[in-house]
This record gives sequence, C-alpha cells and structure tokens, in this order.
Amino acid sequence: MAYSDKVMDHYDNPRNVGKMDDMDDSVGTGMVGAPACGDVMRLQIKVNDAGIIEDAKFKTYGCGSAIASSSLLTEWVKGRTLDEAASIKNTEIAEELALPPVKIHCSVLAEDAIKAAVKDFRAKHAADQQTAVAVGE
Amino acid sequence: MKLPIYFDYAATTPVDPRVAQKMSECLLAEGNFGNPASRSHKYGWEAEEAVELARRQVADLVNADPREIVWTSGATESDNLAIKGVAHFYKNKGKHLITSRIEHKAVLDTCRHLEREGFEVTYLEPGSDGIVTPEQVAAAIREDTVLVSIMHVNNEIGVINDIAAIGEVCRAKKVFFHVDAAQSAGKIDIDLEAMKVDLMSFSAHKIYGPKGVGALYVRRKPRIRLEAQIHGGGHERGMRSGTLATHQLVGMGEACRIAKAEMHEEQIRIGALRERLWQGLQDIEEIHVNGSFDKRVSGWLNVSFNYVEGESLIMSLSDLAVSSGSACTSASLEPSYVLRALGLNDEMAHSSLRFSVGRFTSEEDVDYALAKIHLAVNKLRELSPLWDMYKDGVDLTKIEWAAH
Repeated sequence: MAYSDKVMDHYDNPRNVGKMDDMDDSVGTGMVGAPACGDVMRLQIKVNDAGIIEDAKFKTYGCGSAIASSSLLTEWVKGRTLDEAASIKNTEIAEELALPPVKIHCSVLAEDAIKAAVKDFRAKHAADQQTAVAVGE
Repeated sequence: MKLPIYFDYAATTPVDPRVAQKMSECLLAEGNFGNPASRSHKYGWEAEEAVELARRQVADLVNADPREIVWTSGATESDNLAIKGVAHFYKNKGKHLITSRIEHKAVLDTCRHLEREGFEVTYLEPGSDGIVTPEQVAAAIREDTVLVSIMHVNNEIGVINDIAAIGEVCRAKKVFFHVDAAQSAGKIDIDLEAMKVDLMSFSAHKIYGPKGVGALYVRRKPRIRLEAQIHGGGHERGMRSGTLATHQLVGMGEACRIAKAEMHEEQIRIGALRERLWQGLQDIEEIHVNGSFDKRVSGWLNVSFNYVEGESLIMSLSDLAVSSGSACTSASLEPSYVLRALGLNDEMAHSSLRFSVGRFTSEEDVDYALAKIHLAVNKLRELSPLWDMYKDGVDLTKIEWAAH
C-alpha cells in the first residue's frame, strides 16, 4: 500500500496519543469501530467552560490510515467549539491525507468518533443544561 | 545488509545463481535456444536433450519416473489441469470431489468452477492445528467421488498434512488423489514410489527456480487419465500443448537437482533460524502461533500479535519483507480465509504475520528483525485502545461492538 507522506508522518509521529479519565465531567469519549473489522478508534475531548475543546487524545487499533485519520482529527478539533468539531466531514480528512479509495472508511470512522465524543460530552451535561434552564426561569 | 530483509520465502524465492547460469545458457543464438519439438536438426535435438534432463531432475526429487512429469506454467496450471482434467475425463464415473477449506485458491477456485458445471464438492474443515486427517477424508468419500485434492504444506501456516496416510485411504476406496505440493517439494522428502498419490503439482519459483514454470506429476501405474485443458500441437503427450520453454524448464530442473542434493542440510540450518526467531519473540506478551507448531515446514512461522493490527504492524516493519493475514493487506478487505478456517477470530487473523526464512537468510537478519518487531509491537500497543482495555482487565468479547 503506497501511503501519502502525510499519512506516513502521522503514522510515524502520531499526535496526541493518550487517554483521559472518561469519568471526568469535562471529558467526552467516543469509541467506534470493532476489532473484528480491523479498526477501533477511541477519541477523547476535554471541553472548557466556554464550550471550546481545549485538548484531545486518541488511541487507535487499525491500519496506517486509521491511525493517521484519528491523529489528524485530534489536531483539528483543538480550539474548536463542539458544533464546529461535530461538523468535520470525513471527506475533508480523506482529502487532507490523500487516502486511497479502499481506505475512505478510515476517515468515516474518524468522523463517527468525533461525533460520538461530542454526543457523549453533551449527554453528560444534558442534565446540567436542563438545570441551568430551570434556574434561568 | 540489504533492506528490506526478505522474510517471504513462502511467497517466492530469488533464483539461485546456479539456476540463473543454466537458464542463461538456453537463450542466445550461440546457446541452446532451439525448439525441443524440432526433430529435423541439431538445435531441436539439443534443446530436447536439455528438457529431458530437466524432466529427470524433477522426477528424481520426488522419486518418480520422468515419463510421469508434465510441464506446465506453474502450480496454478498444474492444479487446474489435475482437477478439471480428472473431473472432465471421469465425469461419467461420478461428479463428486473432496478438498479442504484451506487449499490454495488455485484449487478452491477451480472447484468452484466445477460446481458451476454441475459437480459437487465437499470442503473439509481442518482442525485448529490446520491439519486434515485421513479419517475425515475417509468419512467424506461417497460412491460417486472421483477425486480428493489435499495440499501437502499449507502456504499460509506451513503445516504439513499426512499425505501418505490420506493416499492409502483414497487408493483403498479407488478414488484418485491429487496433492498440491508447491510448498513442500524441495523442503521435505517426497517418495512417489511409496506414496499413493496419483497427481502432484509443483512450482519452480518456491525452490529458487524461475517463475512461470511448474510441473504436474501424472501417475502411470495405476494409470490416471486427464482431459487436456490447453489444446494445440499435442506436446506433453497431448496433456499440455505449447512450445516448451527450454530455459524455464532447465531452470526448474537445476533447482530440483540442487534441492535434492542440499535439502537435508539446508532444512536444518533454516530450522535453526526459525527457532532463533521464535525464541526471540517469546518475551512478547499475547502472541500465538497459528497452526500446529510441530507438524510444519522448518522455515515458517505464522504468529498473531494480539491487540495489534497487521497492516500497521507491517508499516512499522518496513525494513522487513513479511506478509500478513490482515484484511487491510488484501484487496478484498477480508481477513485470511485460512486463519478463519482454523477457528481464529477476525481480530487474531487481522493481527497475524507470516515469516518465512530461506536459503539466503542469516542469523544477523533474524536478530535485526527481532529488534524491529519488539519496537513495532510496543509502539502499536501503546497506541491501541484494545491493549489498554486488555490491561485494565476488560473482556473484549463482552463488549457490543458496532460492526461497520
């Protein structure tokens, strides 16, 4: 498999590898994929009070493009709002990394991962928001 | 040290310099370039002599009669000729064939083709050690069975089937027996005078001969007949037409001569290299050998590194030429059907690497590989969420994964 230089760069020097405490309220975790399919991504975001993603970590079991897609994604989501992060499209990732057609599913998985992480964070805070609304009234 | 280091002798081998020398003598105007079928002049006679010497060298390697060797373009063609040739010739006798799930695609796809023509095929399941037993074959033979086709050595895991015993079963039940020996000839002893095998496929490029040439052994006593698959000038007693490629055949003959002369010594050396590799991997947690460890050809090792995906492992091992059972290295995105048939789950199949050492591998090569493998596995496990979970004591089989 001939990979682009960008994939090789992320593969050789993956950014933001790690794990955050998923019980922490400021952390949203998205885990997608399945071992049987050959790729599993865990993407975690740390969100500050202003709703901005201030840190992101990942671990990925999968091929080179899966690792590169998730590594790139952690760079992209930092500093963005939840809505901005959740609107990242797999095609942007695939284009940036010049993924070959058979590897497009890796970028789809990355998109799923960030959406899942945002969803997880929001689910944790759904109760707070309702409380906040109640207080506001 | 030449990088990447070649650890894929199961896929193909470089041509031995002695073989290349013999081949080069059969190409140019001043060499032995004639058409072996030319009966009217010296060029033809000399080419024929070279081809017949090569035929004897192939026959000698497996203790057969040279008249039982039919030249082909490789083991794939030999498998096709053997299976379709018998099925078509004896179709009035019966239309049932038996093979195994872990045969080479040249056998499996040929069987699929025959199924479309109205034949019935039974696919035997090997044990988790990758072995098909004579008892399984005996139990599957029916009144209308005409052919059993079982490989000698599996190309992915290197496990050896007891073809002598399977041959006894087939002969007793009067069923023809074909063996794909592409991966065994020249590595382990084959005695076709003793073994009750009717057809056997060979390939030159697995034993330091050239690509594009192989042979099919077709037993004379008791006689077996085949319907030709390639028609033309009636070469090879009508079983396989086409001008004989003198240089290719001479190359295969020389490769077989060398194999016969050096096989035993070479296998000991190669076995020691494989053992060195295996010992060096012992300190890595969660690794598993695929297929029987004892019943295997000496130079091969197929290992799964749990919680690490095979293709990314291969990327990290760019200094080593190895192959993987991972889906990501195949065009089909399916993990190895051979490993699946052994009962491995998809994860373990995705995590597998096949190392095969050979004639030109050194101890230094193996040591270099071991250092690289340790680094790569450590790096990828650091990156693997599954490794984290395993280390945290999470049972991965209990998680509901969303397949995609």
